[in-house]
Amino acid sequence: MTQSVVVQVGQCGNQVGCRFWDLALREHAAVNKKGVYDEALSSFFRNIDARSGDNGPDIYKGKICSLKARALLIDMEEGVVNEILQGPLRDVFDSKQLITDVSGSGNNWAVGHKIYGCQYRENIVEKLRKTAEHCDCLQCFFIIHSMGGGTGSGLGTFVLNLLEEEFPEVYRFVTSVYPSGEDDVITSPYNSVLAMKEFNEHADCVLPIENESLFEIVNKIHQMINSGKLGSTVKQNSLVTSGAGSAKTLQEKPFDAMNNIVANLLLNLTSSARFEGSLNMDLNEISMNLVPFPRLHYLVSSLTPLYTLADVNVPSRRLDQMFSDAFSRDHQLIQADPKHSLYLACALLVRGNVQVSDLRRNIERLKPSLHFVSWNQEGWKTGLCSVPPVGHSHSLLALANNTCVKPTFVELKDRFMKLYKKKAHLHHYLQIDGMEQSCFSEAISSLSDLIEEYNELDATKGGPRIDPSRLKIAV
Amino acid sequence: MSIVTVQLGQCGNQIGHEVFSALCSDIRGTHGLCSKKENESYHDASKERFFCEEESGVPAARAVLVDMEPKVISQTLSMAARSGHWKYSSHSHFCQKQGSGNNWANGYSVHGPRHKEAIMDLVQKEAEKCERLGGFFTIMSMAGGTGSGLGAFVTRCLRDAFPTSFILNHVIWPYGTGEVIVQNYNSVLTLSHLYHSSDALLVHENDVIHKICAQLMNIKQISFRDVNQVIAHQLGSVFQPTHTAGGGSGYSRNPLGDLMETLVPHPEFRMLGLRNIPQMPENSLPYSTFSWPGLIKHLRQMLIANAQMEEGIDWQVRPPHPGSSIPSTNKALHFNTSIANLVILRGKDVHGVDLGSFRDPSLYTSWLKPQEAFNAWETPRAFNKYEKCASLVSNSQFLLKPLDRIVGKAWNMFASKAYLHQYTKFGIQEEDFLDCFTTLEQVISSYTNL
Repeated sequence: MTQSVVVQVGQCGNQVGCRFWDLALREHAAVNKKGVYDEALSSFFRNIDARSGDNGPDIYKGKICSLKARALLIDMEEGVVNEILQGPLRDVFDSKQLITDVSGSGNNWAVGHKIYGCQYRENIVEKLRKTAEHCDCLQCFFIIHSMGGGTGSGLGTFVLNLLEEEFPEVYRFVTSVYPSGEDDVITSPYNSVLAMKEFNEHADCVLPIENESLFEIVNKIHQMINSGKLGSTVKQNSLVTSGAGSAKTLQEKPFDAMNNIVANLLLNLTSSARFEGSLNMDLNEISMNLVPFPRLHYLVSSLTPLYTLADVNVPSRRLDQMFSDAFSRDHQLIQADPKHSLYLACALLVRGNVQVSDLRRNIERLKPSLHFVSWNQEGWKTGLCSVPPVGHSHSLLALANNTCVKPTFVELKDRFMKLYKKKAHLHHYLQIDGMEQSCFSEAISSLSDLIEEYNELDATKGGPRIDPSRLKIAV
Repeated sequence: MSIVTVQLGQCGNQIGHEVFSALCSDIRGTHGLCSKKENESYHDASKERFFCEEESGVPAARAVLVDMEPKVISQTLSMAARSGHWKYSSHSHFCQKQGSGNNWANGYSVHGPRHKEAIMDLVQKEAEKCERLGGFFTIMSMAGGTGSGLGAFVTRCLRDAFPTSFILNHVIWPYGTGEVIVQNYNSVLTLSHLYHSSDALLVHENDVIHKICAQLMNIKQISFRDVNQVIAHQLGSVFQPTHTAGGGSGYSRNPLGDLMETLVPHPEFRMLGLRNIPQMPENSLPYSTFSWPGLIKHLRQMLIANAQMEEGIDWQVRPPHPGSSIPSTNKALHFNTSIANLVILRGKDVHGVDLGSFRDPSLYTSWLKPQEAFNAWETPRAFNKYEKCASLVSNSQFLLKPLDRIVGKAWNMFASKAYLHQYTKFGIQEEDFLDCFTTLEQVISSYTNL
């Protein structure tokens, strides 16, 4: 069994990360009835003998004593991390896993990346090494951050670079919250584009998230609950937005519901690696199957169902509805419509009491309405995990490598150019040691190239299918 | 003679468990329908072939379990132990922590060399426990990374370490609409490599077994366990003890050797398909009766028309008239030409069953006499609660179309260079791919021109 380490950077990263750890504990508590520290738990948690405080030795087998998250919390302001350390999750984090400063990054990527990066480099490397040493077999780093600010974006991508240098064999999955058009941080386009250049070169997989989509999903659920449709009540702890049953319930904040969705995404992504099933799907398989060309590693995700109704019997029609929903526009975690764009590859990770025939039936049913690239007409990667998420009898995570990410990137580029043409706010960046005009021109060029690759793929959509001629053998 | 089974990867281990389970339950079953002496003889032969007596009295399967991540093996071991009737030896498994990531190159070039010694050590130990080693049976899928890549590497190691032993690879072909996106690459790499090291490949296709589960077994929500149990039944029907035709009183002692001898006369043709009838849900068995002539007739037509199961057979297909050079009409009717066939009959009144229809020369290519091309094994001892059971192992054009499809899809992807960087980073280059494509196009061409 392998371990993963979560590196949460910046305000957004830490808030989402906090929700992740809370829900992870809730999930394991529901599955692990005997209180024994097992391999599933060890993928994200260490078990230490807390009698010697935080420096206790790791206990690899036997009863759970004190669980410590395999995490690194980084923020250049203290507010968010301090709150976490005073909250109900304080015992889950080791004091040695934190890196904080006081003044923040001023929403400036260059401050995060160049100044703090340089300043904290050794500290970060040392702490990463320590976390890695506690792992028997480290498979993956998950970075959680937002793109629009200074710390998450700048320092976050600096850490990404570091991870590639120090741990080249370990996978790097990045969960990034992209800024929306109405983002109140004016320089968010600069920060995002500068960060994206780092993704192109150093990330294995990027899971883009947009707040608008999360917001719409939260609203949809509220409407469902409040409309009292069908007279049925929704199981509270089954909401993909809910933290019910977890440690933090009493203090739910406005962003908590949205952040819970992202936390659930990460839990589902890693479920097949942690729990058993008839067709396992590990993290290295996700990267292998969904990334046909190194730079095209952006995966659009969707989670279904959003909630479970309280009545227990779920007819297979509901199951099929779950599959249909996974491909609909309003279940995607970014503003995108995969059905009308081109699929390069698609992965379906099913949890719970679902069998291979259900999977096959739905793939056959949905396939005709989806467009796949000519060289990957049956490009499906599937996984079956027996353990469902808390509150559900089954669930589905769909990951798509689809050209529908292109509009997000094009808009980002447009917003960037609007500022850049007028050289607005540029001096804040250029005055930082190590930042030059070329950083900007290279970044926008890298983004343009990426958009162009998607354009070329889109151009093949719907065109005549010409299969290359086969090798001829002399008889 | 004993057979050592090597279970590779998730699929190999899951199926392996069902196979030993089915064998054990058949041995212990009371539906033998034959004399006590016959039953005991069968019991002893089967046990020697597949199980090893241990001090605890619970027979241990002659198997080595290999996987690059621990979850499946630990599940397999505990399920076997829970049965109470058989188990795996406590030290016959090898696993790692990280899996192969569905990457053939990772399985073959990285995990293979790294773990060769440890794995071959286990195989050696298991082989030494056999009084007489009859050969190796490996179970693997070709779609993933471990079964396929590491499996191909281990097969080569087996060949090097046991040059005179028989090696039969049982290979599972994945569903056509993807379980793994790079499955066609992994398949092409596996098949071409196996072709060079193993004696024969015995193939099961997931799509076919799935249909059997849906239409014949009437299972509503088909799970991989259901699929694996059908596969286990089919394998058991071939490898449980039998008397070879004309053989003396005892059970045949060299099943793998006999199989190779009868079915693989030429090294270019090693792909074996398997058909078994009847197949039905267990609770229908007491209400059904079969006649041997009926079963034989269906089985023969399944062979000629390349039918995947006993329903929906195309009865229009007929063998070409002897003496006609190119059976052009039959090419349109998809007649399946055979190189060699083996029929295995188990159950009541099996002696004296007329198999003349299988000796019809028009079924076969011209380069073997029908007496050489066709063989039959039988036993009056019924198998797995089926009063009568007939299996066909065939070296014919059964797998030609599926193979062609896989190579076609892989080539299509290869031409666009998609995913190649995932393989080159572990040392499998474009030239290696081309070599594999060439090998398989050659195989396709050979089978097409039968």
